[in-house]
Amino acid sequence: MARQAARPLSPHLQIYRWYLTMATSIAHRITGVALVLGLLLLTWWLTALARGPDSFAVVRAMTDNILGGLVLFGFTFAIFFHLVNGIRHLVWDAGVGLDKETAEQSSYLVIGVAGGLTILTWLVVLIFG
Amino acid sequence: MRSTRAAVRGLGSARHGTGHWILQRLTAIAGVFTVLWFVAAMVSLSGAPYAEIRAWLGSNFNATMMILLVISAYWHGALGLQTIIEDYVHGPALKLGSLVAVKLLAFALATSSIVAILKVAIGS
Repeated sequence: MARQAARPLSPHLQIYRWYLTMATSIAHRITGVALVLGLLLLTWWLTALARGPDSFAVVRAMTDNILGGLVLFGFTFAIFFHLVNGIRHLVWDAGVGLDKETAEQSSYLVIGVAGGLTILTWLVVLIFG
Repeated sequence: MRSTRAAVRGLGSARHGTGHWILQRLTAIAGVFTVLWFVAAMVSLSGAPYAEIRAWLGSNFNATMMILLVISAYWHGALGLQTIIEDYVHGPALKLGSLVAVKLLAFALATSSIVAILKVAIGS
């Protein structure tokens, strides 16, 4: 590895101009990793629910405050972004929408739909919860 | 990891890429249904007391959906982390170690989640 480090590298993140399809691609990975952390929270929630009210109250104390709410809001966006962008990937797998213009437009669509669903979800929680 | 020595020595692909690719998509499709159900469920349960949440998970349908969510999500997550590790972790020992750790942890955590769900579902 050390021997290879001195070799010239191909252009990478620091060199390329940022563009939207690149950002959504990276965001897909970041939200994916974030959702694994969310999955750990789900496992904690489920095991605490099985252990009893006292254990469950500890989880509740973590999530039922401003900071916990912000984290859950972030997880909600991660869920919807990864879900909607994942469907975009499935469409790409079918060979559809891979040209530059359509991929650019679907980036906006994914961000809009994911953001809209996140806000809608939390409006329902805040109004009816 | 399951490939022959010759394959991993750089003499060709390990021939397991297709299986990974298909499973990632199958678990993704399963996830579309289970995750949408999950978000709707969490919204409807927001602020609900302990007993109500326990009773909710006690229903056959909800327990089944939650188990399907846990399986599809941990499976999909393990496949995704595997791809990320293969992309960014280059030391052979660290790469193999983290791949093994991800798989084992995914199995362990998914199992403990399912045991918890069953305990609630059968106990109710």
